[in-house]
This record gives sequence, structure tokens and C-alpha cells, in this order.
Amino acid sequence: MAELKKDSGDGKKDKGGRVDLTAMVDLAFLLITFFMLTTSLNKPQAMDVAMPDKNKIEEEKDDKVEIADNRSVTLLLGSDNKILWYYGQLANPIYPPEVVDYSKSGLREVLQKMKKEVPARSNGKDLIVVIRPSEKSIHRNLVDVLDEMKIVDVKRYMIAKIGEADIEQLKEENLFND
Amino acid sequence: MAKKAKVKRQDTTIDMTAMCDVSFLLLTFFVLTAQARQEETLMVDTPASTTQDKLPDDNLGIITVGDGGKVFFSIKDFEVRKKTLENMSAQYGISFSEEDYEKFRLTEDFGVPIENLRQLLSLDKADIDDTMQSGIPVDSTEDKSNELYHWVQQSRLATVSVERERESEDSRYKAKGPMKIAIKADAEEKYPIINLIIETLRNQKQNKFSFVTGLRSDVE
Repeated sequence: MAELKKDSGDGKKDKGGRVDLTAMVDLAFLLITFFMLTTSLNKPQAMDVAMPDKNKIEEEKDDKVEIADNRSVTLLLGSDNKILWYYGQLANPIYPPEVVDYSKSGLREVLQKMKKEVPARSNGKDLIVVIRPSEKSIHRNLVDVLDEMKIVDVKRYMIAKIGEADIEQLKEENLFND
Repeated sequence: MAKKAKVKRQDTTIDMTAMCDVSFLLLTFFVLTAQARQEETLMVDTPASTTQDKLPDDNLGIITVGDGGKVFFSIKDFEVRKKTLENMSAQYGISFSEEDYEKFRLTEDFGVPIENLRQLLSLDKADIDDTMQSGIPVDSTEDKSNELYHWVQQSRLATVSVERERESEDSRYKAKGPMKIAIKADAEEKYPIINLIIETLRNQKQNKFSFVTGLRSDVE
């Protein structure tokens, strides 16, 4: 056992039987990096959407659900990331159509204002938002609007078909471009 | 005492044992939690939302829309995939070989009309990309021309029968319930194609579904 005995006398470095682990640590970290990058840590989000049952609506003649005028805010999703909104009916609006964008100071402000105002005008009944995406709007617009509903906490909203008059209105505002 | 103040010759090697322990612990963690990222044929850039709900891992069918309106469909559960193809084969009168079924079971997603599916399955997995796949035909009807309608419907039926089979085989097995449907569309995709898919789902009373989105942090 003489070889294993520590001999500090002749100036040689004392290894003490230890193994150099640097390379092993290097390798381990390399593998960690690899696994960290290949795992999908951020799972995608799922935004749940519920649509009304279709057949019932067909009986009531295409998509015309009766909503009290003083409760309904309609959002027409146009092109160029712009929204045209009005309060009441298009033919006889309480607030005429106005163009807003999807920003915090645009759509969110409108919704927050209307959320306060509608119960006062309709004996405490809450706001109904009707979302009508035009064929020139893109998927992001729809998701942004639905997201805004969650943020502002609008309890009642629906995605509905856009009408001819609405499209005409969008064209007038130059929001029906490709 | 001058003798004690004498600087000792320092050994420059650091003890790596603890570091090695930690790094292997982390490594073990990542290996065990790792879920290999599924290679999607059609890459889409989903819009962002502030929704906190996560997309479930299994019992899910994803309709992917991208690249100018191409529709892809993917079913998460392997057995449901196979069963779906069996159902579709019966419905469209197109027969598939045992080999095709096995291959379809392992195919993550696809986007071809059903008459081209055999051709797609005969290809090597590495050779498949999104340019050769034209997308699943979808329209506003409930006929055979709307193939997406039938894919979704048959996969839902397949889920039910697969779950039932599993329950009868193992009494402790807890059925997962109906399959969830998610729409994963590119942010720049035009609304009409999204509308077609929503209507396709509504036509079969699949009134609830999810939009797949990324995470947005800038709420306030």
C-alpha cells in the first residue's frame, strides 16, 4: 500500500485519488442545454369559443337574433386592422358608426365606456356585443376582439354574420380593402 | 508569528463533485419531463392572446390553417387516428392496406384530399413537406365534398369507440370524454376560411372549440 500513501515530501502535487470532473460537468451541461431547447416549455394557449346551436337559428330565419337596441354594440371588423363600431341599429344608431383600432386606447376604451353606459340606459341590463367579422378581416383581428372581451369582462357577446348594409358602411369608411 | 503568515501554495483545481451532482440532477429532470416537440408539417404563426388556459395534450383534434387557406388535420391519439381512417375508408370507399394504417397511425398531421392520402402515406416521412400537400377540401356543405366535415366527425366517433374499448378492457380505465377540437390558424389568415371551418364544426353541433393562440404579456 505504499503507493497510495500520501507523500507530500517530494513537491509533487497531491491528487488525493480524485478524478477530474470538469469534462463530465461540461458534458452534463451540454446535454441540459440540449434538452432545455428541445422541450416545448411554453405550451400554446387555448381560447375557448362557444357558438350557438345552428339549427335553431335557421328556424328563426338566418341569424337574425332579436336584441334590444339599447343593449347592443356592434363591432364590424374591417380591413387594415380597423374596427367600425356603432351602438343600436345601423339604420337608426344611438351612436353613429365610428372607426377605432385594436389598441388599448381604441377598442378597450369604447368597451369600457359602453359597459358602464348600457346598464344606465336599459334599466340595469348589461351590454351585448355583436362581433361581425367581414371577409377582409384576418384571424388575428377576431382573436384580438375575443381577447378584449375577456379583458373588459363583457359577459355577453356573439360572433355573427355580417350583413350587406354593414359591408356598405365599411366600404364607405374605406375599410374593405384587400 | 512570521512562520504562520507564510502563504501556502494553493491548489488551483476546484472540486467539481457538487457541480456534477447538480448538473446531473437537472439533466435527469429535463430528460424525464422532456416531450419531444412534435414536428408540424405546416408551420403557422398563431395570434397572441392573454388567455391562461393551456391546450390539452391528448384527446384533441387540431385543425391547422395556414399558407393561404390550406387546411391540415391532426389527431393526437394514435388509436383514434387509425380508427378514424378505418371509418373514412368505409365512408369514401377507398381501401387502405395494413401498412397504410400503420403509417397513418404514426403520421402527425396531413393535409391532402382523401384520394391522395395513399400516395402521401407511401412517401417516406422525411420527404413530406407542406408544399406537396394541397390541404383538406372544405366547403359550406355537409356532403362528401366537405372532407374536413367527415374527418372531424369520424374522429369524434372513433374517439368514442376507442374509449369504450379501453374501458371494457380495463375496468379501472377512466374515459376521457369527447374529443376537443382546436383551430390553429395563422394570424394573417383571412376570415372566410376560418368561417368555413367554424360553420363546418357547427353543422355537426360541435359548437364548442378552441382557438390556439400564443401568449401575450402586455395586458396593462
